[in-house]
Amino acid sequence: MKYIKSTCVPLKIENVDTDQIIPARFLKATTKEGFGDNLFRDWRYDKQDQPIADFVLNQDTYQGEILVAGKNFGCGSSREHAAWAIGDYGFKIVVSSFFADIFRGNSLNNGILPLIVSEEFLAELFADIKANPATTLEVDLETQKAWISGKEDNKQSFEIDEYKKMCLINGYDDIDYLLSLKEEIAKYESERPYTFNV
Amino acid sequence: MSSNKPRTLFEKVWDSHVVQRKENYPDVLYIDTHFIHEVTSPQAFNGLRGRGIELARVDQTWGTADHNVPTKDQHLPIKEALSRHQVETLHKNCDEFGVKLYGLGHPFQGIVHVIGPELGVTQPGKTIVCGDSHTSTHGAFGSIAFGIGTSQVEQVMSTQCTLQNKPKAMRIVVDGDLQEGVTAKDIVLYVISKLSASGGTGYFVEFAGSAISQLSMEGRMTVCNMSIEMGARGGIIAPDQTTFDYLEGREFSPKGEAWENSVKYWKSLPTDDGATFDAEYVYDAADIAPMVTYGTNPGMGVGVDKSVPIPESESDKKALEYMGLQEGESLIGKPIDYVFIGSCTNARIEDLRAVAEFVKGKKKADGVNVWIVPGSKQVEKQAIAEGLDKIYAEAGFELREPGCSACLGMNEDKVPAGMYCISTSNRNFEGRQGPGARTLLASPLTAAAAAVSGHIVDVREQLATV
Repeated sequence: MKYIKSTCVPLKIENVDTDQIIPARFLKATTKEGFGDNLFRDWRYDKQDQPIADFVLNQDTYQGEILVAGKNFGCGSSREHAAWAIGDYGFKIVVSSFFADIFRGNSLNNGILPLIVSEEFLAELFADIKANPATTLEVDLETQKAWISGKEDNKQSFEIDEYKKMCLINGYDDIDYLLSLKEEIAKYESERPYTFNV
Repeated sequence: MSSNKPRTLFEKVWDSHVVQRKENYPDVLYIDTHFIHEVTSPQAFNGLRGRGIELARVDQTWGTADHNVPTKDQHLPIKEALSRHQVETLHKNCDEFGVKLYGLGHPFQGIVHVIGPELGVTQPGKTIVCGDSHTSTHGAFGSIAFGIGTSQVEQVMSTQCTLQNKPKAMRIVVDGDLQEGVTAKDIVLYVISKLSASGGTGYFVEFAGSAISQLSMEGRMTVCNMSIEMGARGGIIAPDQTTFDYLEGREFSPKGEAWENSVKYWKSLPTDDGATFDAEYVYDAADIAPMVTYGTNPGMGVGVDKSVPIPESESDKKALEYMGLQEGESLIGKPIDYVFIGSCTNARIEDLRAVAEFVKGKKKADGVNVWIVPGSKQVEKQAIAEGLDKIYAEAGFELREPGCSACLGMNEDKVPAGMYCISTSNRNFEGRQGPGARTLLASPLTAAAAAVSGHIVDVREQLATV
């Protein structure tokens, strides 16, 4: 992932918790695939499993690889299934003004960019999408800038940790990195200042 | 990285576990104890298989089945096929990789955050992780404990380390004496209502002050358990004599000389005088009333004697609509359908005793379903040994078998759509206890009082009339 330009799916709700992203009753699988079908299950389908027309994922008007959500997105349970569901559905970026810590880490570990923007930028993006669902957002990971197409004079800088940026751009994996530190870990274990009994 | 600069408890434990610190990289943090359960581990075990590697430290890894288990007839095969498969997969994986597993039927089985402490595995100064956000519970012992996602579970299984950016430090001080009928659960619901469901994000929170140090270990666990509900990575409380007394003699606690050495080390951990925090809040314990939530995140809580606040945003309005509550409506008197006493927040023996003491000689209100779900087999055994089961039976409360139960709407225990459940668990999210279920979070005492009255009451008044 270096640069993405896409239309957006707006979810103007604050404090979206991971129980809404993927309810617990769908966490029974032992693999990572297929969670997208149940993304936002209880907002998306009624009790008879029929699509709820006014939920945004059921509206053809809004499509794209970018989900735009209210502040404190991904709070609650640590379930990585939430990130798997978002990725499996086809989102590559989630935009919000604030993310919960564990969700942010889980997203990055699955190649999904949690893009943090200012409250003002988020409000403008929601307003533009509402006025014109064909509005596109452009995100350049290399320069850490995001902007609404046609509004290049108002580029939003975003923060991302250098290491994670490198992983996203190159598709690197934390475990490969940690496994490369085997000797350092063994040395730490042998020199630990305090050894616990268990 | 030792220096004479005064350090916080959190810094001492964190810094002593950093295997590598490098500019622009997260810290490589060594993990002393890894707890696993059936829901967030299978994909990580698959990852190990895919890479053809062993689990790094089986002696530091502990498994149990809790989230996806029934709380009735645990001696029979699990009825639902997907749940059965997930629990069986945990057994197969633990067998194959050599992990100790306290599965269904084992005398140590229970909710992962209940069994770790009661077995003495949770100890001060340790780093502890689990693929579950309520791992923060273990911070009550002065350990750094936090929830991780499955990718990180796989990191720890592979290398006994995880990559972590060091969080900022916050201290929350609660001083003074609590009113009669106000408990640890009320303290933490009060703090979250002040700081909001995101007020702790990016921080690790030390809870301090006389109201905290006066709490039992069970109470401290309740407080740290819910630190994640204000977005914090975890909570931590200085180890003291209460901590040592709780741990001494437990199954995996150090023994003999090792115990003496451990206590000596643990006593060096509390925050030094003069250490600084990035943020600090101070509250007066006397201001705290029995708390109840009215909305769909744990920050939406008020004193039980207050009315439902005016919504401040569209999201607040949506929450009230979901809950079927009106602004300005009194919470006292609100009828309830279900009472759930359980979960990693409040299913320890002290919680069960408090409920029994309150309901002894009373009966539940007609039409209310009351579930008491012990946190572990050991808690269940203790409750029965003390005769609490008989008190519950006389009151019409149902004592079930250990598990996460109706906290998360994953296993068989769910609250039906539209019904009100006063719950001692930790989350009141939409659908958390089952699709359409309406959750009101409260303490075990407030939940027990509601069970008897059939509606929300101020437990302080009930205690005054006893």
